[in-house]
Amino acid sequence: MRMNGAQAVLESLKNEGVDLVFGYPGGAVLTLYDAVYKLKFPHILARHEQGAVHAADGYARATGKVGVVFATSGPGGTNLVTGIATANMDSVPLVCITGQVANPYIGKDAFQEADICGITTPVTKHNYLVKDVKDLPRVLKEAFFIARTGRPGPVVIDVAKDVFDAEIDYHYPDEVSLKGYSGNFDGDEAEIDAAVEALSEAKHPLLFIGGGVTLSDTANEVRRIADITGFPSTCTLMGLGDMPASDPSFLGMVGMHGTYAANMAIMECDLLIGIGVRFDDRVTGVVTEFAPKAKIMQFEVDPVEVGKNVPVDYRVLGDLRWSLPRFAEKLQKSGVDYSAQTKGWRTYVMKMEDDHPLSYKEKPDCIMPQKLVETVSRLMDDDTIVVTDVGQHQMWAAQFYESRKPRQFLTSGGLGTMGYGLPAAIGAKLGQPDKKVVCFSGDGSIMMNCQEFATAADNDVDVKIIVVHNHTLGMVSQWQRLFYNEHYSQSELHGKTDLVKLAEAMGAKGCRIDDPAKLETELKEALEEKGPILIDVMVPEVEDVLPMVPGGKRLDQMVLEEE
Amino acid sequence: MQKYLISILVDNKPGVLTHVSGLISRRAFNIESICAGYTEEPDVTRINIVVSVEDERELDQVETQLAKLIDVIKVVNMSKIPSVKRELVMLKVHVTKENRAGLLDIVQVFRAKIVDLGKDDMVIELTGEEGKIDALIEVLQDGYEIIEIARTGAIALSRGVVPAKDM
Repeated sequence: MRMNGAQAVLESLKNEGVDLVFGYPGGAVLTLYDAVYKLKFPHILARHEQGAVHAADGYARATGKVGVVFATSGPGGTNLVTGIATANMDSVPLVCITGQVANPYIGKDAFQEADICGITTPVTKHNYLVKDVKDLPRVLKEAFFIARTGRPGPVVIDVAKDVFDAEIDYHYPDEVSLKGYSGNFDGDEAEIDAAVEALSEAKHPLLFIGGGVTLSDTANEVRRIADITGFPSTCTLMGLGDMPASDPSFLGMVGMHGTYAANMAIMECDLLIGIGVRFDDRVTGVVTEFAPKAKIMQFEVDPVEVGKNVPVDYRVLGDLRWSLPRFAEKLQKSGVDYSAQTKGWRTYVMKMEDDHPLSYKEKPDCIMPQKLVETVSRLMDDDTIVVTDVGQHQMWAAQFYESRKPRQFLTSGGLGTMGYGLPAAIGAKLGQPDKKVVCFSGDGSIMMNCQEFATAADNDVDVKIIVVHNHTLGMVSQWQRLFYNEHYSQSELHGKTDLVKLAEAMGAKGCRIDDPAKLETELKEALEEKGPILIDVMVPEVEDVLPMVPGGKRLDQMVLEEE
Repeated sequence: MQKYLISILVDNKPGVLTHVSGLISRRAFNIESICAGYTEEPDVTRINIVVSVEDERELDQVETQLAKLIDVIKVVNMSKIPSVKRELVMLKVHVTKENRAGLLDIVQVFRAKIVDLGKDDMVIELTGEEGKIDALIEVLQDGYEIIEIARTGAIALSRGVVPAKDM
């Protein structure tokens, strides 16, 4: 079929099953947007390119599908960079299509020219500059294939302006043929056998679950393995929801702000079974003292992650969708009673959990942020998607919100991007319209993409944004309190901004909660409002996220809530 | 620090050198040389790097990180298999009537070639393993004035009929 490059892009998106694009128009993508207009392609106009890319990211995390973004050349592309880096660190599949100046102008410092491929190379799984319309269908096919297979990630396609106008006989390839990337991530069965063998000798084993499980939709397999073995489990920030928080042998999150039981179990276990984890520094504490008594096993799709931060004793390379069902099957058939073999250990770690639960001290006449999260957790159903921004509220959400299912705790874990929450919540809601979406943010984070209230209001996207309002950049001030002699340098937010009015000015609703006695009733009312709403909840300025493993310390050297 | 010569076969596409060199710099790998050129297949480029690493784990990171790039087809550590390694250097040396005979002797001993000779300068070409090139430079630095040096960086081929792409 004869068409121009812009139509070819949209036709290819249709072939990939894309039902929604997030973006922002501009000079280099005028022809692309003309095609959007003519074909009535579903598109959400963000109010900033960063909002668009985070929204696509939220959409992708909530649905498991590839998120798609359009942006123009130069500043359009550079505004995407933070969002692309966010997606890259957390392995979120995105395809970002940016306009580039027309072929004759490339390299001439033309108006709104920036080398987007050069800029995004360190933060993408792959990128393309398309200078010839003939390459467009193939490149789109490859981009989606690369974004979603193996360890997912963002792919950027930078398209010269004149390519959108050029005509081709459109044909979408059926298959991808890349010399250096097969997309097949099956592993070696012998590695699974070795892993099964190792389990039969373990006396103090621990399952350690990460974002790879969420990304590969293998939470059910992991739950099955936990079930067969009876091994206690812990997770990373990105693995929240893969095990139900209510599971008695699930110890909660590990790491800098992990639970006492989870961190101690890591320090004492003799076999640490990492599944889709990458041993990030926020998880390991001082890396040379991480899991000192344990043999480390790693189920992982990306060979780079095996041995990158921590030496690994048993590796099972391959897509978790390939390895975990086989592993579970072999464990089932092994005839070993894993549960009996590790009963004492299980009792021991569960007692640690009972003796040292997450806790906080009430302050008179204050809404405690932890209590706020607990209350929301109680009020929401099992299918609610929780999104967070970055900072103290993010950690409290991770600790005190009972995550029940995968793909329902969306947070910028790797990059820690403030401003992620609101746009990601919008994307998540648009991807999962039947689920409730609640976003925890802070009075620092919310301002970083607050323009997206306009997007939520104008498109009537029903997101509930709860601002944990403490008049400070909480995590910054916590570190200043603990390590910088309480020098609250540039972290105080006693300004004149009225967040409720801000939301209202953009056409969303807003309300403020500051009476601890009315917290639950007012919260319930606000959460039941129709349409987007900002719920501004006043909490004390000074409150630390605990437990905390200070930088350079072992996981068992955590600072706990004082009795 | 241990040095390894790694051959990287890549798709000959625009941007591939950015992808490879960008990876090396952002992962803070130490490379001593990098060179690239066409191969027996028209759409495949062979990039040769000499990398120095602390230990096997770092070496493994170099190899797996490179292999992860989409346009990288194959990564082969030539230092771990029987192979021949070569590098080419050109040296421009200041020449006087007095030192010319001595220079010619050195060129002959190293089985190097004189590729250009002027009134005041001489360009010497030498092909060999890194050690041999270093040795020539060392000798010339003792008593002769080297004006400039251009080295290609090392390349390698495996011994035997099996090419790197099939390893």
